[in-house]
Parts: sequence; C-alpha cells; structure tokens
Amino acid sequence: MADPQSRLIIDLKAISKHYGAGETRVDALRGVDLEVRSGEVVALLGPSGSGKTTLLNIIGCIIDPTEGRVWLDGEPVYENRWLRDDLRRLRLDKIGFIFQFHNLLPFLDAKDNVALVLQLAGKSAGEARRRAIELLDYLEVGNRKDAMPALLSGGEAQRVAIARALANSPRIILADEPTAALDSKRAGIVMDLLRKLAAEQDACIVAVTHDEKIYDRFDRLFHLRDGRLEDQEGSKA
Amino acid sequence: MNLAYRDVRHNLFRFVLTCLGLSLLMAVVLAMMGIYNGLVADALNIVRAPQADLWVVEAGRQGPFAESSKIPGATRDAVARLHGVSDAGSITYQTVEAAFAGKTLRLYIIGYERGHPGGPDVVVEGRGIGQSHFEAVADRKSGLVIGDRIALGRNRFEVVGLVEDAMNSGGDPVLYVTLADAQTLQSQLAPPAARVLEARGATGESGDTVAAVIARVDANADVDSVARTVRQWKHLSAMTQAEQEDLLVRSVVDRARRQIGLFLGILLTVSAVVIALIIYTMTMEKLKQIATLKLIGAPDRTIIGLIVQQSIALGAVGWAFGLMLILLIKDYFPRRVLLEPINATALAGIILVVCILASGLGIRAALRVDPATAIGG
Repeated sequence: MADPQSRLIIDLKAISKHYGAGETRVDALRGVDLEVRSGEVVALLGPSGSGKTTLLNIIGCIIDPTEGRVWLDGEPVYENRWLRDDLRRLRLDKIGFIFQFHNLLPFLDAKDNVALVLQLAGKSAGEARRRAIELLDYLEVGNRKDAMPALLSGGEAQRVAIARALANSPRIILADEPTAALDSKRAGIVMDLLRKLAAEQDACIVAVTHDEKIYDRFDRLFHLRDGRLEDQEGSKA
Repeated sequence: MNLAYRDVRHNLFRFVLTCLGLSLLMAVVLAMMGIYNGLVADALNIVRAPQADLWVVEAGRQGPFAESSKIPGATRDAVARLHGVSDAGSITYQTVEAAFAGKTLRLYIIGYERGHPGGPDVVVEGRGIGQSHFEAVADRKSGLVIGDRIALGRNRFEVVGLVEDAMNSGGDPVLYVTLADAQTLQSQLAPPAARVLEARGATGESGDTVAAVIARVDANADVDSVARTVRQWKHLSAMTQAEQEDLLVRSVVDRARRQIGLFLGILLTVSAVVIALIIYTMTMEKLKQIATLKLIGAPDRTIIGLIVQQSIALGAVGWAFGLMLILLIKDYFPRRVLLEPINATALAGIILVVCILASGLGIRAALRVDPATAIGG
C-alpha cells in the first residue's frame, strides 16, 4: 500500500460518461470516484463492457467525462475549456501508456521508439537517443537497442514499450492488459518491474487486466460492473 | 527524426514497387506530351525547313500541305523577278512507298532546285546533293544510311547525306531529291501504261509543274506587299510563312492534336485518381500507428508531415523514374517524341499539386482517428 503521505496523483470525483441519447443512451460510467497516490499500483478489473477502458481513456485525457471532475497531478482537467492540443501536451508530459500488444512503431528501431517521445517533448535528437539507451539498459534490453520491433521477442518488445512509457518521467502510467501477451513468468517480471519503477519515479500505475496470476502484484484492485466502481480491496500487505 | 523517411526505408521494397508502377504511368503521360509536341513540331519543321518568307501556290488552293497545288515550273522565274524577293525556289512534295531491303518504306519526297531555297537545312552526316540526278538526302528515321541505293520509279537513287527530324505531319521521313528527279517521279508512268497512252495519241500533261514556289524576301521589303503583288496574277495565290504555319496547325494536324490533347487530359485525370488512391490506402494502413502517435502525444503537424512528405516523395520518385524511362525509350517510338523541359516541369508541378491534394484525403482520415483506437489491441 502507498504511503498515506504520498501525493494524490489521480483524483476522480463523480465521473459519469454517457454515449448516445434517449433509448440508445449507454451509461458507460456512473458516478465513479477514484483516488490513486504516487507509488501506487492499482488494477481495474471487470467483465467486458463494464467501463474499464472508458475509465482508462478519461484518465488518459483521450475522452472527456459527461459529468464529474478530473484532477491529474494536482491540476484540474477538462475545466476552463481545455483544447485538444492542451490534452495532447498533458499526455506527452504526464502520462505514459503501455499497451497489450506493445504498439511499437514498426518502422523505428527500439531506441528510436523511445527517443521519439523525448523528441516530441522537445529534447534534441542526440539527447533523446542517449536517454533512450539509458532507459533500455535500465530495463535490460540495451543489447537490442538497434533491433526493429518485428525482431524483438514479446518480453523484449514489452520492455521497450515500458521504456517508451517512462521516457518523459510521467506521473501516471496507464497500462492496458500489459501482460496479456506474455507467459506467467515474464508477466510476473514485467509487473515487478512496473512496481519498482512506480516507486522510483514517484508515479502511479493504473492497469486494466484480466490476468489473475498477477493480482497479487497490485496494491489495490478496483472492480467495475455496469459502469460503477463496486468495491475495492487491498491486495498487497 | 523524420518519420516519413523511416517508414519509407522500412517498407523500401514496397515503396519502390509503388513508385515503379507510378513511374510507368508518368512515362505514358510524358510520352503523350512528347508525341503531341512531335506531331506539331514535325508538321512545322517541314514548313520551316526551307526558311521561306512567302509560299506561292495554285489560286484557290491552300497548298501545298493542306491541299494539293500544281503551278507551272516557270513561276519561279516570275516570282524571283518581283521587287523585294531575294531568292525563290520551286518545290514539289509527294508521298511514295518504295521497296528497300525486303521492306516497304513510306517516304515523303521533296524535290528542290539546287542552289535555291527548299533543300535540307542541315546535313548531319554525308553531304548535300551534288549531282543533277539520282542522288538523295534522307531523314535518319527512314533507316537508310549513306551509300544505300533505293529504287524510286524506274530509277535508283544513292543516299549521299542524312538529315534529322525531317518528317511530314503523318510521320513519314523525308527524302530530298532534285526537282527534276521529283518531277520525273511524279509524271513517269509504268511502261505498259505509257504504251497505252502513246497508242491513244495522248502526249500526257507537261512534266514541268511544281507544288509551290517559295520565296525569301529582302530584309527591308514588306512580305505582305509582295504577297499582294503575287495575288494579282489570277492563277496564283500567296501565303506568308506565318499564314502557312497557322494553316498547318489549324487544319492539317488539328484533329490529331486535339485527339492526343484529350487523351492526355484523361491520362492526367487517371494519374491523379491513382495517386490519390495510393496515398489514401497508404494512410489507412497506418491508422493504428497514427493512433499510437496521437496517444503518446505527437502533434497534428507530425502526423500531417508523415503523410504529406511520403506522398510528395512518392510523386517525385515516380516522376523522376518516369522521366528517365521515357528519355531512355523515346527514340524507339516510330514517331518523334519531343520532350521539352517545360513539359517535365509542368508535369512535376501537376504531380506536386495532385500529391498535396491527395494527401488531404489521408490527412482528413488521420486527424479523425481516435487515439483510443491504439488501446485495446
């Protein structure tokens, strides 16, 4: 469990999200409250259509909520007419994404996949590459820095994707089924790595997962059902 | 980091293959432009070769190219004596088919008077006609070489010189002979036909007729004034060089010119559609990557740059390959393919505009991609 004195990074209050109107209206989320502090690793669980991805998208500044308030790293989001470009900048600076199938750009090698995010944030090409190689070394895939994504194993590709997510030292890391493409041994390694990084970087991690084998790696598990956050439980002592 | 370049490098084989396909299309467009130019240039070359200021032809005729014209050979002397005329020459034109080396050559025979206007302008190989009879200067496209002997009518002519780019509007290569030989060729009948005519007591018409008399006018003389003087002879008509050229372009090659022009327009339209489809498809195949780029915080200009740069690269490489291809094969076309720098430049401009417009479709699709598409596999 995270230190109660740690900073509140994600603060959602009464979040609702509706799609459509009238008879075709779908309530994807209904009055969700969620607080996640720095250093915490939490999981969103629930069946398909329960609203996990919608919640992840709202935290990731990809879609805006119909109702409710979102605070990320102490900053109110979607208030005072946030523009699309402001949200993009927020994603670039404060949020890192890890995907189920790594989603590395196939035309860039491992180090450039990481360096791209740094360059987008304004780093020079040389500086970005140096930092990218450091990150890859840290994640123990430095020897594969020149390999194209198609030539990386599943575990290697996911480590490169984690390096990319961490490149700009984000405060929030959002992971969508981060271990779905990995065997149980590698899934455990990746989750331990994410926990370590969250602690070191003072960031929080929110992961959507169905992988029961890694539930014990989370600080808290949140269950979503029909758009409601039904319960929450501490997993790790 | 140039994403467009990296993507192209990653899919190089596919990119080159697409460019090659596009370049074939570009080569066809350039070929049509060249054929169009060649058609007009060939037609005008024939008119411009004698470097005449005035064309004297049969009254009521638009000769000698748009219509046939036949005037007495002595007309040359009358025209040469006119005030302001510095030189005049009689000239004849006729198309013949002659057997040579087991093939049939279609030739455009020009008969001219040595020492007067009407002969070949520049002999690129060999020499000009030096004897009164049985020598010829041929266009290189005829396939004849110096020393070849070709039978025309009952006589054999030796090729003593070669010229280039001398063809009529139908694409038949020119063969220059002396006026006397050309007149003989025009009037000479096959022996049986001549015997029949002689048996009937007919003598046939005089062989001393020409298609036109071309005149050069003194620098200080007024061409229109000389033309007006010629027209006072009721059996003659006169056209200035500009009128002759205008007549040729308006009437003789006009239909072919419009036909090729229309086909060129269709080809350009097809090319534009093909380029647009290629670029759109290329973008649609990258939607997941574009969604990922958006999700990790890439600004719109990075995504627009990726699409626009790739489409311009595609157009530029396709254009360059197409240009190289047509420059390599243009001399193998049966008709002259005349490519001017302005044609290649104009096509480059058109392709650039088409590529930018076509990328607009791709950009529209790319900017509408929801970054959330990247999440959820």
